[in-house]
Amino acid sequence: MSDRAQVFAIRLITVLAVLILWEIIARSGLLYRDVVPPLVEIGAALVTLLSSADTYGHIYWTAWEVAAALSIGGIAGIAAGIVLGTNDFLRRSYEPYLYYFGATPKLIFFPIMIMWFGIGPSSKIALAGVTCFFPIALSTLSGMRGINPVFLRVGKTFRANSWQTVRKIYLPAMRGPILTGLRLGLGLAVVVTLLAETKLSNQGLGHLVIQAFTIFDMPRMYALLLTIFVFAIGANVLLARLEGGQGGNA
Amino acid sequence: MSARASKLAPIATGLATILAVIVLLEILIGIDVIDRFLMPPPSDVFVALPRLFTDENVVPRFFVTAGETLAAGLLLSIFGIAGGALLFRFVILRRSFETWVAALAAAPIVLSYPLFLVIAGRGSATVVLVAFLAALPAVILKTLEGFSQTPGVYALVGKSLNASRWQIFSKVMFPAALPSIFVGLRLGLLVAMLNIVGMEFLINTGGLGQLVNELSERYDLAATYAAILCVILVSVLFFTATEWLERRLRRVA
Repeated sequence: MSDRAQVFAIRLITVLAVLILWEIIARSGLLYRDVVPPLVEIGAALVTLLSSADTYGHIYWTAWEVAAALSIGGIAGIAAGIVLGTNDFLRRSYEPYLYYFGATPKLIFFPIMIMWFGIGPSSKIALAGVTCFFPIALSTLSGMRGINPVFLRVGKTFRANSWQTVRKIYLPAMRGPILTGLRLGLGLAVVVTLLAETKLSNQGLGHLVIQAFTIFDMPRMYALLLTIFVFAIGANVLLARLEGGQGGNA
Repeated sequence: MSARASKLAPIATGLATILAVIVLLEILIGIDVIDRFLMPPPSDVFVALPRLFTDENVVPRFFVTAGETLAAGLLLSIFGIAGGALLFRFVILRRSFETWVAALAAAPIVLSYPLFLVIAGRGSATVVLVAFLAALPAVILKTLEGFSQTPGVYALVGKSLNASRWQIFSKVMFPAALPSIFVGLRLGLLVAMLNIVGMEFLINTGGLGQLVNELSERYDLAATYAAILCVILVSVLFFTATEWLERRLRRVA
Protein backbone atom coordinates (compact mmCIF):
# COMPACT_ATOMS: atom_id res chain seq x y z
CA MET A 1 0.00 0.00 0.00
CA SER A 2 1.43 3.40 -0.93
CA ASP A 3 2.05 6.05 1.75
CA ARG A 4 -0.79 8.17 0.46
CA ALA A 5 -3.23 5.29 0.61
CA GLN A 6 -2.06 4.47 4.15
CA VAL A 7 -2.61 8.07 5.27
CA PHE A 8 -6.06 8.06 3.69
CA ALA A 9 -6.91 4.74 5.36
CA ILE A 10 -5.74 5.94 8.81
CA ARG A 11 -7.75 9.15 8.47
CA LEU A 12 -10.83 7.29 7.32
CA ILE A 13 -10.55 4.72 10.14
CA THR A 14 -10.07 7.52 12.70
CA VAL A 15 -13.14 9.40 11.50
CA LEU A 16 -15.22 6.24 11.41
CA ALA A 17 -13.97 5.15 14.87
CA VAL A 18 -14.88 8.53 16.37
CA LEU A 19 -18.32 8.48 14.77
CA ILE A 20 -19.03 4.89 15.85
CA LEU A 21 -17.78 5.56 19.40
CA TRP A 22 -19.93 8.69 19.53
CA GLU A 23 -23.00 6.77 18.40
CA ILE A 24 -22.35 3.97 20.93
CA ILE A 25 -22.04 6.51 23.78
CA ALA A 26 -25.13 8.35 22.54
CA ARG A 27 -27.27 5.22 22.40
CA SER A 28 -25.86 3.47 25.50
CA GLY A 29 -26.85 6.21 27.90
CA LEU A 30 -23.33 6.22 29.44
CA LEU A 31 -23.54 9.98 29.33
CA TYR A 32 -26.79 11.90 29.37
CA ARG A 33 -28.37 11.32 25.99
CA ASP A 34 -28.92 15.04 25.59
CA VAL A 35 -25.23 15.82 26.13
CA VAL A 36 -24.08 13.40 23.44
CA PRO A 37 -26.99 13.24 21.01
CA PRO A 38 -27.08 10.64 18.21
CA LEU A 39 -25.38 11.66 14.96
CA VAL A 40 -28.68 11.61 13.09
CA GLU A 41 -29.99 14.35 15.37
CA ILE A 42 -26.84 16.45 14.90
CA GLY A 43 -27.05 15.92 11.13
CA ALA A 44 -30.70 16.97 11.13
CA ALA A 45 -29.83 20.06 13.23
CA LEU A 46 -27.05 20.92 10.78
CA VAL A 47 -29.41 20.66 7.82
CA THR A 48 -32.03 22.78 9.60
CA LEU A 49 -29.38 25.32 10.56
CA LEU A 50 -27.87 25.63 7.10
CA SER A 51 -31.22 25.71 5.31
CA SER A 52 -32.47 28.62 7.40
CA ALA A 53 -32.00 32.06 5.87
CA ASP A 54 -31.82 33.45 9.41
CA THR A 55 -28.53 31.57 10.00
CA TYR A 56 -26.86 33.36 7.11
CA GLY A 57 -27.94 36.66 8.61
CA HIS A 58 -26.08 35.73 11.81
CA ILE A 59 -23.04 34.46 9.86
CA TYR A 60 -22.99 37.73 7.93
CA TRP A 61 -23.29 39.70 11.18
CA THR A 62 -20.31 37.95 12.82
CA ALA A 63 -18.25 38.04 9.62
CA TRP A 64 -18.92 41.76 9.31
CA GLU A 65 -17.85 42.43 12.91
CA VAL A 66 -14.65 40.39 12.43
CA ALA A 67 -13.88 42.06 9.08
CA ALA A 68 -14.39 45.55 10.53
CA ALA A 69 -12.24 44.71 13.57
CA LEU A 70 -9.50 43.23 11.40
CA SER A 71 -9.53 46.31 9.13
CA ILE A 72 -9.28 48.77 12.04
CA GLY A 73 -6.85 46.70 14.12
CA GLY A 74 -4.92 45.77 10.98
CA ILE A 75 -4.41 49.32 9.71
CA ALA A 76 -3.49 50.57 13.19
CA GLY A 77 -1.20 47.56 13.80
CA ILE A 78 0.61 47.87 10.46
CA ALA A 79 1.04 51.64 10.98
CA ALA A 80 2.40 51.11 14.52
CA GLY A 81 4.73 48.35 13.30
CA ILE A 82 6.08 50.53 10.49
CA VAL A 83 6.59 53.59 12.74
CA LEU A 84 8.39 51.56 15.42
CA GLY A 85 10.31 49.59 12.78
CA THR A 86 11.76 52.72 11.17
CA ASN A 87 12.96 54.25 14.43
CA ASP A 88 15.17 52.18 16.72
CA PHE A 89 14.69 54.47 19.73
CA LEU A 90 10.90 54.32 19.47
CA ARG A 91 11.07 50.57 19.03
CA ARG A 92 13.15 50.11 22.18
CA SER A 93 10.83 52.45 24.08
CA TYR A 94 7.49 50.89 23.16
CA GLU A 95 8.08 47.32 21.93
CA PRO A 96 7.99 45.81 25.47
CA TYR A 97 4.51 47.31 25.99
CA LEU A 98 3.28 45.67 22.80
CA TYR A 99 4.37 42.32 24.25
CA TYR A 100 2.94 43.05 27.71
CA PHE A 101 -0.46 44.26 26.52
CA GLY A 102 -0.50 41.57 23.83
CA ALA A 103 -0.38 38.94 26.59
CA THR A 104 -3.36 40.45 28.48
CA PRO A 105 -6.74 38.68 28.15
CA LYS A 106 -8.64 41.26 26.11
CA LEU A 107 -12.08 39.91 26.97
CA ILE A 108 -11.87 41.65 30.35
CA PHE A 109 -12.02 44.98 28.48
CA PHE A 110 -15.52 44.10 27.28
CA PRO A 111 -17.32 45.95 30.12
CA ILE A 112 -15.37 49.10 29.16
CA MET A 113 -16.18 48.61 25.48
CA ILE A 114 -19.87 48.24 26.31
CA MET A 115 -19.80 51.50 28.26
CA TRP A 116 -17.99 53.32 25.47
CA PHE A 117 -19.63 51.81 22.41
CA GLY A 118 -22.93 50.32 23.60
CA ILE A 119 -24.24 46.77 23.42
CA GLY A 120 -24.43 46.66 19.60
CA PRO A 121 -21.77 45.50 17.15
CA SER A 122 -19.50 48.50 17.82
CA SER A 123 -18.37 47.14 21.20
CA LYS A 124 -17.46 43.76 19.64
CA ILE A 125 -15.64 45.46 16.76
CA ALA A 126 -13.70 47.67 19.20
CA LEU A 127 -12.78 44.72 21.43
CA ALA A 128 -11.70 42.50 18.52
CA GLY A 129 -9.90 45.45 16.90
CA VAL A 130 -7.83 46.02 20.05
CA THR A 131 -7.17 42.26 20.27
CA CYS A 132 -5.86 41.84 16.75
CA PHE A 133 -3.85 45.07 16.84
CA PHE A 134 -1.04 43.53 18.91
CA PRO A 135 -0.05 40.45 16.85
CA ILE A 136 -0.28 42.50 13.65
CA ALA A 137 1.88 45.31 15.07
CA LEU A 138 4.46 42.85 16.41
CA SER A 139 4.59 40.86 13.19
CA THR A 140 4.94 44.02 11.07
CA LEU A 141 7.65 45.27 13.41
CA SER A 142 9.59 42.03 13.15
CA GLY A 143 9.19 42.19 9.35
CA MET A 144 10.60 45.73 9.30
CA ARG A 145 13.59 44.61 11.36
CA GLY A 146 14.12 41.68 9.01
CA ILE A 147 14.49 43.76 5.83
CA ASN A 148 17.93 43.24 4.37
CA PRO A 149 19.73 46.64 4.49
CA VAL A 150 21.51 45.70 1.25
CA PHE A 151 18.15 46.01 -0.57
CA LEU A 152 17.77 49.56 0.75
CA ARG A 153 21.31 50.44 -0.31
CA VAL A 154 20.69 48.98 -3.77
CA GLY A 155 17.54 51.11 -3.98
CA LYS A 156 19.54 54.19 -3.08
CA THR A 157 22.19 53.30 -5.69
CA PHE A 158 19.48 53.19 -8.34
CA ARG A 159 18.21 56.53 -7.05
CA ALA A 160 14.81 55.14 -6.10
CA ASN A 161 12.56 57.84 -4.67
CA SER A 162 10.59 57.30 -1.42
CA TRP A 163 7.51 55.93 -3.18
CA GLN A 164 9.60 53.53 -5.27
CA THR A 165 11.48 52.38 -2.14
CA VAL A 166 8.18 51.66 -0.39
CA ARG A 167 6.62 49.97 -3.45
CA LYS A 168 9.63 47.99 -4.67
CA ILE A 169 11.45 47.13 -1.43
CA TYR A 170 9.36 47.62 1.71
CA LEU A 171 6.01 46.30 0.50
CA PRO A 172 7.27 43.07 -1.14
CA ALA A 173 9.51 42.35 1.86
CA MET A 174 6.69 43.07 4.31
CA ARG A 175 4.03 41.02 2.60
CA GLY A 176 4.88 37.78 4.44
CA PRO A 177 5.10 39.23 7.99
CA ILE A 178 1.97 41.34 7.48
CA LEU A 179 -0.01 38.33 6.25
CA THR A 180 1.29 36.28 9.20
CA GLY A 181 0.17 39.04 11.56
CA LEU A 182 -3.23 39.25 9.85
CA ARG A 183 -3.66 35.48 10.14
CA LEU A 184 -2.84 35.51 13.86
CA GLY A 185 -5.01 38.61 14.32
CA LEU A 186 -7.90 37.02 12.46
CA GLY A 187 -7.80 33.96 14.75
CA LEU A 188 -7.90 36.13 17.87
CA ALA A 189 -10.54 38.49 16.43
CA VAL A 190 -12.83 35.54 15.63
CA VAL A 191 -12.48 34.08 19.15
CA VAL A 192 -13.01 37.40 20.94
CA THR A 193 -15.95 38.44 18.75
CA LEU A 194 -17.72 35.11 19.27
CA LEU A 195 -17.09 35.09 23.02
CA ALA A 196 -18.29 38.69 23.34
CA GLU A 197 -21.42 37.69 21.42
CA THR A 198 -22.04 34.89 23.92
CA LYS A 199 -21.79 37.43 26.74
CA LEU A 200 -24.06 40.16 25.44
CA SER A 201 -25.62 40.28 21.99
CA ASN A 202 -28.82 39.54 20.12
CA GLN A 203 -27.10 38.77 16.80
CA GLY A 204 -24.23 36.67 15.50
CA LEU A 205 -23.04 33.07 15.74
CA GLY A 206 -21.84 33.45 19.35
CA HIS A 207 -25.34 34.57 20.31
CA LEU A 208 -26.81 31.50 18.57
CA VAL A 209 -24.45 29.19 20.50
CA ILE A 210 -25.38 30.60 23.89
CA GLN A 211 -29.05 30.60 22.89
CA ALA A 212 -28.82 26.88 22.03
CA PHE A 213 -27.14 26.28 25.41
CA THR A 214 -29.82 28.24 27.28
CA ILE A 215 -32.65 26.16 25.81
CA PHE A 216 -30.46 23.02 26.03
CA ASP A 217 -30.72 22.26 22.32
CA MET A 218 -27.50 20.25 22.15
CA PRO A 219 -27.77 18.98 18.53
CA ARG A 220 -28.12 22.59 17.40
CA MET A 221 -25.12 23.59 19.52
CA TYR A 222 -22.96 20.88 17.96
CA ALA A 223 -24.16 21.92 14.50
CA LEU A 224 -23.27 25.54 15.26
CA LEU A 225 -19.82 24.65 16.62
CA LEU A 226 -19.12 22.55 13.52
CA THR A 227 -20.16 25.42 11.25
CA ILE A 228 -18.04 27.93 13.17
CA PHE A 229 -14.99 25.64 13.19
CA VAL A 230 -15.27 25.10 9.43
CA PHE A 231 -15.47 28.85 8.79
CA ALA A 232 -12.61 29.71 11.15
CA ILE A 233 -10.32 26.99 9.82
CA GLY A 234 -11.25 27.87 6.22
CA ALA A 235 -10.41 31.55 6.69
CA ASN A 236 -7.12 30.61 8.35
CA VAL A 237 -6.18 28.21 5.55
CA LEU A 238 -6.99 30.91 2.97
CA LEU A 239 -4.65 33.40 4.62
CA ALA A 240 -1.98 30.70 5.11
CA ARG A 241 -2.17 29.98 1.35
CA LEU A 242 -1.73 33.69 0.59
CA GLU A 243 1.24 33.73 2.97
CA GLY A 244 2.76 30.68 1.28
CA GLY A 245 2.20 32.11 -2.18
CA GLN A 246 4.19 35.28 -1.69
CA GLY A 247 6.52 34.21 -4.45
CA GLY A 248 9.82 34.76 -2.78
CA ASN A 249 9.74 38.51 -2.78
CA ALA A 250 12.69 39.70 -0.77
CA MET B 1 25.62 59.20 25.25
CA SER B 2 27.09 56.49 27.49
CA ALA B 3 26.05 52.86 26.99
CA ARG B 4 24.10 52.92 30.27
CA ALA B 5 22.28 56.12 29.36
CA SER B 6 21.42 54.83 25.89
CA LYS B 7 19.96 51.72 27.52
CA LEU B 8 17.94 53.64 30.09
CA ALA B 9 16.62 56.38 27.78
CA PRO B 10 14.08 54.15 25.95
CA ILE B 11 12.86 52.68 29.25
CA ALA B 12 12.42 56.18 30.67
CA THR B 13 10.61 57.30 27.49
CA GLY B 14 8.20 54.35 27.72
CA LEU B 15 7.43 55.01 31.39
CA ALA B 16 7.15 58.78 30.80
CA THR B 17 4.63 58.15 28.02
CA ILE B 18 2.45 56.05 30.33
CA LEU B 19 2.68 58.74 33.02
CA ALA B 20 1.80 61.43 30.46
CA VAL B 21 -1.27 59.46 29.32
CA ILE B 22 -2.41 59.08 32.95
CA VAL B 23 -1.99 62.82 33.64
CA LEU B 24 -3.73 63.73 30.37
CA LEU B 25 -6.68 61.48 31.22
CA GLU B 26 -6.93 62.99 34.71
CA ILE B 27 -7.07 66.50 33.17
CA LEU B 28 -9.50 65.60 30.35
CA ILE B 29 -11.86 63.84 32.77
CA GLY B 30 -11.45 66.69 35.29
CA ILE B 31 -12.60 69.31 32.74
CA ASP B 32 -15.41 67.01 31.47
CA VAL B 33 -13.99 66.44 27.98
CA ILE B 34 -14.23 62.73 28.80
CA ASP B 35 -17.38 61.67 30.63
CA ARG B 36 -16.45 60.43 34.12
CA PHE B 37 -19.37 57.97 33.93
CA LEU B 38 -17.56 56.27 31.05
CA MET B 39 -14.06 56.50 32.46
CA PRO B 40 -13.25 57.36 36.07
CA PRO B 41 -10.26 59.63 36.76
CA PRO B 42 -7.05 57.60 37.20
CA SER B 43 -6.77 58.97 40.77
CA ASP B 44 -10.13 57.29 41.64
CA VAL B 45 -8.85 54.04 40.11
CA PHE B 46 -5.69 54.13 42.25
CA VAL B 47 -7.80 54.91 45.34
CA ALA B 48 -10.00 51.89 44.52
CA LEU B 49 -7.00 49.52 44.26
CA PRO B 50 -6.63 48.83 48.02
CA ARG B 51 -10.37 48.07 48.15
CA LEU B 52 -9.73 45.08 45.89
CA PHE B 53 -7.49 43.62 48.59
CA THR B 54 -9.67 44.44 51.60
CA ASP B 55 -13.19 43.90 50.21
CA GLU B 56 -12.88 41.82 47.06
CA ASN B 57 -10.37 39.09 48.05
CA VAL B 58 -8.13 39.75 45.09
CA VAL B 59 -5.30 37.59 46.52
CA PRO B 60 -7.34 34.36 46.90
CA ARG B 61 -8.82 35.07 43.46
CA PHE B 62 -5.32 35.37 42.05
CA PHE B 63 -4.51 31.95 43.48
CA VAL B 64 -7.64 30.46 41.89
CA THR B 65 -6.57 31.76 38.47
CA ALA B 66 -2.94 30.74 39.07
CA GLY B 67 -4.01 27.26 40.22
CA GLU B 68 -6.21 26.75 37.16
CA THR B 69 -3.36 27.91 34.90
CA LEU B 70 -0.97 25.54 36.66
CA ALA B 71 -3.40 22.61 36.29
CA ALA B 72 -3.84 23.35 32.58
CA GLY B 73 -0.04 23.69 32.29
CA LEU B 74 0.46 20.29 33.89
CA LEU B 75 -1.99 18.64 31.49
CA LEU B 76 -0.32 20.44 28.59
CA SER B 77 3.13 19.21 29.65
CA ILE B 78 1.93 15.61 29.78
CA PHE B 79 -0.37 15.36 26.76
CA GLY B 80 1.24 18.04 24.58
CA ILE B 81 4.75 16.61 24.78
CA ALA B 82 3.51 13.02 24.53
CA GLY B 83 1.40 13.94 21.48
CA GLY B 84 4.31 15.70 19.75
CA ALA B 85 6.69 12.80 20.51
CA LEU B 86 4.15 10.29 19.19
CA LEU B 87 3.70 12.17 15.92
CA PHE B 88 7.47 12.35 15.54
CA ARG B 89 8.07 8.69 16.38
CA PHE B 90 5.48 7.37 13.90
CA VAL B 91 5.89 9.10 10.54
CA ILE B 92 2.62 7.74 9.26
CA LEU B 93 0.77 9.30 12.22
CA ARG B 94 2.48 12.60 11.56
CA ARG B 95 1.50 12.53 7.90
CA SER B 96 -2.04 11.65 8.85
CA PHE B 97 -2.66 14.07 11.70
CA GLU B 98 -0.24 17.01 11.62
CA THR B 99 -2.53 19.08 9.39
CA TRP B 100 -5.50 18.19 11.60
CA VAL B 101 -3.67 19.42 14.70
CA ALA B 102 -2.72 22.61 12.84
CA ALA B 103 -6.36 23.07 11.81
CA LEU B 104 -7.47 22.61 15.43
CA ALA B 105 -4.99 25.31 16.43
CA ALA B 106 -6.99 27.68 14.22
CA ALA B 107 -10.40 26.58 15.51
CA PRO B 108 -12.03 28.69 18.24
CA ILE B 109 -12.15 25.72 20.65
CA VAL B 110 -12.89 27.99 23.60
CA LEU B 111 -16.33 28.68 22.14
CA SER B 112 -17.30 25.12 23.00
CA TYR B 113 -17.34 26.11 26.69
CA PRO B 114 -21.15 25.79 26.97
CA LEU B 115 -20.70 22.14 26.02
CA PHE B 116 -18.22 21.63 28.86
CA LEU B 117 -20.52 23.49 31.23
CA VAL B 118 -23.03 20.72 30.58
CA ILE B 119 -20.45 17.93 30.87
CA ALA B 120 -18.21 19.15 33.72
CA GLY B 121 -20.44 21.70 35.46
CA ARG B 122 -19.94 25.35 36.24
CA GLY B 123 -16.57 25.26 37.96
CA SER B 124 -12.82 25.12 37.65
CA ALA B 125 -12.93 21.73 35.87
CA THR B 126 -14.64 23.31 32.85
CA VAL B 127 -12.24 26.26 32.83
CA VAL B 128 -9.16 24.03 33.02
CA LEU B 129 -10.44 21.53 30.43
CA VAL B 130 -11.33 24.15 27.83
CA ALA B 131 -8.07 26.09 28.36
CA PHE B 132 -6.10 22.84 28.07
CA LEU B 133 -7.84 21.83 24.84
CA ALA B 134 -7.46 25.32 23.34
CA ALA B 135 -3.71 25.38 24.06
CA LEU B 136 -2.92 21.72 23.30
CA PRO B 137 -2.36 22.02 19.51
CA ALA B 138 0.33 24.70 19.98
CA VAL B 139 2.31 22.51 22.42
CA ILE B 140 2.02 19.41 20.20
CA LEU B 141 3.17 21.33 17.11
CA LYS B 142 6.12 22.98 18.88
CA THR B 143 7.23 19.64 20.40
CA LEU B 144 7.05 18.03 16.98
CA GLU B 145 9.04 20.93 15.51
CA GLY B 146 11.70 20.46 18.21
CA PHE B 147 12.14 16.76 17.46
CA SER B 148 12.09 17.32 13.70
CA GLN B 149 14.80 19.99 13.86
CA THR B 150 17.18 17.76 15.83
CA PRO B 151 19.97 16.77 13.41
CA GLY B 152 19.68 13.11 12.39
CA VAL B 153 23.38 12.65 13.05
CA TYR B 154 22.71 12.85 16.82
CA ALA B 155 20.60 9.68 16.68
CA LEU B 156 23.21 8.00 14.45
CA VAL B 157 25.93 8.72 17.03
CA GLY B 158 23.69 7.14 19.67
CA LYS B 159 23.18 4.10 17.45
CA SER B 160 26.93 3.75 16.82
CA LEU B 161 27.39 3.68 20.63
CA ASN B 162 24.91 0.80 20.80
CA ALA B 163 22.33 2.88 22.65
CA SER B 164 18.88 1.33 22.86
CA ARG B 165 15.90 3.01 21.18
CA TRP B 166 14.72 4.37 24.56
CA GLN B 167 18.23 5.63 25.39
CA ILE B 168 18.45 7.45 22.06
CA PHE B 169 15.10 9.08 22.79
CA SER B 170 15.71 9.97 26.45
CA LYS B 171 19.43 10.85 26.27
CA VAL B 172 19.74 12.35 22.79
CA MET B 173 16.53 13.36 21.03
CA PHE B 174 14.54 14.66 24.01
CA PRO B 175 17.29 16.94 25.43
CA ALA B 176 17.99 18.26 21.91
CA ALA B 177 14.32 19.07 21.38
CA LEU B 178 13.88 20.71 24.82
CA PRO B 179 14.42 24.35 23.71
CA SER B 180 11.55 24.13 21.23
CA ILE B 181 9.42 22.19 23.74
CA PHE B 182 9.89 25.00 26.27
CA VAL B 183 8.85 27.57 23.67
CA GLY B 184 5.73 25.49 23.04
CA LEU B 185 4.97 25.12 26.76
CA ARG B 186 5.33 28.85 27.32
CA LEU B 187 3.06 29.58 24.37
CA GLY B 188 0.60 26.98 25.69
CA LEU B 189 0.65 28.49 29.20
CA LEU B 190 0.00 31.97 27.80
CA VAL B 191 -2.90 30.75 25.64
CA ALA B 192 -4.27 28.78 28.62
CA MET B 193 -4.08 31.84 30.89
CA LEU B 194 -5.85 34.04 28.31
CA ASN B 195 -8.62 31.48 28.01
CA ILE B 196 -8.89 30.91 31.76
CA VAL B 197 -9.32 34.59 32.64
CA GLY B 198 -11.70 35.00 29.68
CA MET B 199 -13.86 32.10 30.82
CA GLU B 200 -13.84 33.18 34.45
CA PHE B 201 -15.19 36.48 33.15
CA LEU B 202 -17.83 34.81 31.00
CA ILE B 203 -19.17 32.14 33.32
CA ASN B 204 -18.46 33.61 36.77
CA THR B 205 -16.49 30.69 38.16
CA GLY B 206 -14.18 32.63 40.46
CA GLY B 207 -10.73 34.06 39.92
CA LEU B 208 -9.66 37.41 38.51
CA GLY B 209 -11.94 37.26 35.46
CA GLN B 210 -14.99 36.89 37.69
CA LEU B 211 -13.89 39.89 39.75
CA VAL B 212 -13.95 42.14 36.67
CA ASN B 213 -17.37 40.79 35.71
CA GLU B 214 -18.87 41.23 39.19
CA LEU B 215 -17.58 44.77 39.61
CA SER B 216 -18.80 45.82 36.17
CA GLU B 217 -22.24 44.35 36.90
CA ARG B 218 -22.33 46.38 40.13
CA TYR B 219 -21.34 49.39 38.00
CA ASP B 220 -18.49 50.11 40.41
CA LEU B 221 -16.56 51.88 37.68
CA ALA B 222 -13.37 52.82 39.54
CA ALA B 223 -13.06 49.31 41.02
CA THR B 224 -13.75 47.72 37.59
CA TYR B 225 -10.89 49.70 36.06
CA ALA B 226 -8.71 48.87 39.09
CA ALA B 227 -9.49 45.16 38.66
CA ILE B 228 -8.64 45.36 34.94
CA LEU B 229 -5.39 47.06 35.92
CA CYS B 230 -4.73 44.17 38.31
CA VAL B 231 -5.29 41.61 35.53
CA ILE B 232 -2.93 43.55 33.25
CA LEU B 233 -0.26 43.57 35.98
CA VAL B 234 -0.70 39.84 36.60
CA SER B 235 -0.46 39.19 32.84
CA VAL B 236 2.74 41.23 32.61
CA LEU B 237 4.20 39.35 35.60
CA PHE B 238 3.13 36.02 34.13
CA PHE B 239 4.59 36.92 30.71
CA THR B 240 7.89 38.02 32.28
CA ALA B 241 8.06 34.98 34.61
CA THR B 242 7.45 32.46 31.81
CA GLU B 243 9.99 34.29 29.61
CA TRP B 244 12.58 34.10 32.42
CA LEU B 245 11.77 30.44 33.12
CA GLU B 246 12.03 29.53 29.44
CA ARG B 247 15.44 31.25 29.19
CA ARG B 248 16.71 29.43 32.30
CA LEU B 249 15.38 26.04 31.23
CA ARG B 250 16.85 26.46 27.76
CA ARG B 251 20.22 27.27 29.31
CA VAL B 252 20.00 24.18 31.54
CA ALA B 253 18.94 22.04 28.57
